[in-house]
Amino acid sequence: MATAVQTVERENYLNSNYGLKSWLLTTDHKRIALLYLMSITAMFWLGGFFAMMIRLELLTPAGDLVSSDTYNKMFTMHGITMVFFFLIPSVPAVIGNFVIPLMVGAKDLAFPRLNLASWYIYMIGAALALWGFMLGGVDTGWTFYTPFSTGYSKTHVVTVAVGIFVVGFSSIFTGLNFIVTIHRMRAPGLTWSRLPLFCWSNYAASLIMVLGTPVIAITLLLVAFERLFHIGVFNPQLGGDPILFQHLFWFYSHPAVYIMILPGMGVISEVITCFSRKRAFGYEFVALASIAIAVLGFLVWAHHMFVAGISMYSALVFSLLSYFVAIPSAVKVFNWTATMYKGSVRFDTPMLYAWGFIGLFTMGGLTGVFLASLGIDVHVTDTYFVVAHFHYVMVGGMVLAYMAGLHFWWPKITGRMYPEPPAKLSALLVFVGFNLTFFPQFVLGYMGMPRRYHAYPPEFQVLNVLSTAGASVLAVGYVLPMIYFLWSLRYGEPAGPNPWNAVGLEWMTPSPPPTHNFDETPVVTWEAYDYEHQPQEEITVGH
Amino acid sequence: MWKNFPLFPEAASSLAGQVDGLYFFLVAVSAFFTVLIFVTIFIFAIKYRRQVNPLPTQIEGSLPLELTWTLIPLGICMIFFAWGSLIYFQEGRVPRGAMEVYAIGKQWMWKFEHETGQREINQLHVPIGRDVKMIMSSQDVIHSFFVPAFRIKTDVLPGRYTTTWFHATKLGTYHLFCAEYCGTQHSGMIGEVVVMDPSAYQAWLSGGGVMGSLSANGQQLFQQLGCATCHRADTQGRGPNLAGVFGKPVLLDDGRTVFADENYLRESILNPNAKIVSGFKPIMPTFQGQVSEENLAALVAYIKSLVQLQQASNRPAVPVND
Repeated sequence: MATAVQTVERENYLNSNYGLKSWLLTTDHKRIALLYLMSITAMFWLGGFFAMMIRLELLTPAGDLVSSDTYNKMFTMHGITMVFFFLIPSVPAVIGNFVIPLMVGAKDLAFPRLNLASWYIYMIGAALALWGFMLGGVDTGWTFYTPFSTGYSKTHVVTVAVGIFVVGFSSIFTGLNFIVTIHRMRAPGLTWSRLPLFCWSNYAASLIMVLGTPVIAITLLLVAFERLFHIGVFNPQLGGDPILFQHLFWFYSHPAVYIMILPGMGVISEVITCFSRKRAFGYEFVALASIAIAVLGFLVWAHHMFVAGISMYSALVFSLLSYFVAIPSAVKVFNWTATMYKGSVRFDTPMLYAWGFIGLFTMGGLTGVFLASLGIDVHVTDTYFVVAHFHYVMVGGMVLAYMAGLHFWWPKITGRMYPEPPAKLSALLVFVGFNLTFFPQFVLGYMGMPRRYHAYPPEFQVLNVLSTAGASVLAVGYVLPMIYFLWSLRYGEPAGPNPWNAVGLEWMTPSPPPTHNFDETPVVTWEAYDYEHQPQEEITVGH
Repeated sequence: MWKNFPLFPEAASSLAGQVDGLYFFLVAVSAFFTVLIFVTIFIFAIKYRRQVNPLPTQIEGSLPLELTWTLIPLGICMIFFAWGSLIYFQEGRVPRGAMEVYAIGKQWMWKFEHETGQREINQLHVPIGRDVKMIMSSQDVIHSFFVPAFRIKTDVLPGRYTTTWFHATKLGTYHLFCAEYCGTQHSGMIGEVVVMDPSAYQAWLSGGGVMGSLSANGQQLFQQLGCATCHRADTQGRGPNLAGVFGKPVLLDDGRTVFADENYLRESILNPNAKIVSGFKPIMPTFQGQVSEENLAALVAYIKSLVQLQQASNRPAVPVND
């Protein structure tokens, strides 16, 4: 009989109860994280499909694969899907949702029902946007610039804008939950200075979600009102001001870049420390850099508008402030690098992705400095240089961080190890494919190829062909993890509670964790990333 | 091969070299830091790999290092800031005496009007070696006037004028792109800038049937629309005498002083009650919807041309606050 007892799996959040209802009505942060994971993965592939259509169209200079209108819808829906329905929720709503309560030693987030509501709101927003896509799509660009969006576009602007308006609330709910949880539900002894850097960076991102999202919501409502009822706000023919729209839009959408990247930076801090077995170098500086980015990020929005007709003196101020926001990002990069110094470095997949992140984010950040420079920005804004820059930050940075995080916490989430060799291959493919896709676009941009062009002069073709070839490699790099992650659910080796021999409360509970996370509330008596006092154990699983 | 595979845009304006200079500096600094980070990570990864270095040495951080990598990047950024701003102010400040071309963007074409009355579509002929000021507006959505070879770009907005300028330094034909997404044929809203030597430009100007200069057309409109009834050439009109207004400060009814640029003239035609000149009554009707962008450009050009008349007669016409 004793053997029979051993084969019965320990009760955890996945097997505690079954059935659709137990998932759709769950208030468990871990299950909600998985609901989010499935939803945003679907949106990622949809956005990826649009991206492939764009790259295929640009293989030849003539606009010959799809019509201009279709092409314009493709890049618009690519942007909307990726920004609002994948990148913004990615690390916070999936990884943060799963890991933050575990990291702070709590049983759940502060408001479990609000958390579930956030997923339903996300789904309603996504359904509205997809409904708009299916009715015929939208062609305004993800930026919805007026008066094109309010007076000229003949597509389903209002439906999609309302979808984005709705999904904003899911982001606000998640942010609110993180802020309150991190303030109020830390385990005894887990002071702010012992808090994992992942919590710090999600906390900073949450501040932006809560403070910034209402502005984009109001702005999109005004777009809908002007479009439906001809209330003049942005259209000069109705007495409005098109530049006002740009101010309002970027007041949210620039900080939104930091909503996307800050949680990713948090992942990198966790991964680098774990696979170097080191305290985070300059912990306070990395933590405060997150807050500095969140604050300064609100003060730089008009650097998107240097050629839009704003005053030269306000351009001067926004240029200066934009340099200031680059500094905390640089501080983080240097501290991550220094963390490896005299460490004991392992080459597991999450670490490979983290290195990829640091390299590509560095390039994305530095090219951002080009754009902050007024004299250069005039030439390269609205060209492929900008496209390359923000993909280095959002794909090279954020998506790689998301992949690092998924691989790092996959054993915790599923209780199984992913297979290491194909994972390493995929990390390599993503890195190579990404650079091949987007590096040529810097050159294209400086040469003057404008963004959002369906057809282009023939001298730009060679670089566009390289870019499309890179996108194909990148696509393979993304398909592979889909396959081996699914494979690992059934065939992966059991992970055990702490396969990476990491410190952090989430590794002190079984994998997958029980529904209530911890059998007894942990008491923290050590500093963050205390690898010094962690016993060196042989890693027994997966290697 | 390199003809079909260029990696760098032509530099054909006085500012292009300056922009490229800063660009190369930025590329060099960025390449240095990128290589620094990549190499450091690579060295640490190899040197401290687990097989070689099983026991890490714990280091919490270092204030001197933190200060170093905060202050050095900040200092370098301030160089970028100062240098970039200097170029931007040159790009933004139109030199005196520049020849003027009016540009009108619409879905999906560029219309240009020269002072001499020539009109062209999707082609802009300019002489080499002269400052050219572009006065631009849009009939519908936002467009952007972008000539990569000149390294200039300025959005073209509905409802107001924006300006930019260039000084072409190399003969040739260069791409003109619309850089702000404007709908279906955005990528078809392209054209070319033809830089000609001055004699060829003069020959080009004299070819083709031109119905009088832009300001002459404006003068005609000024009569037709009845502007001349109130804006008389003396001080007795119900509206201010417009001679000499352009380029000067204007004292308003509410005590403010505004600078009379193209946007001021435009607004005063389309929305006359927005800014009332001191000493006059808000009696002028709006011409919103009655004057096309082309005619507006002609009217503005005409009112600007009145400067010379005023200087010639040297007679104060409107209350100015010099």
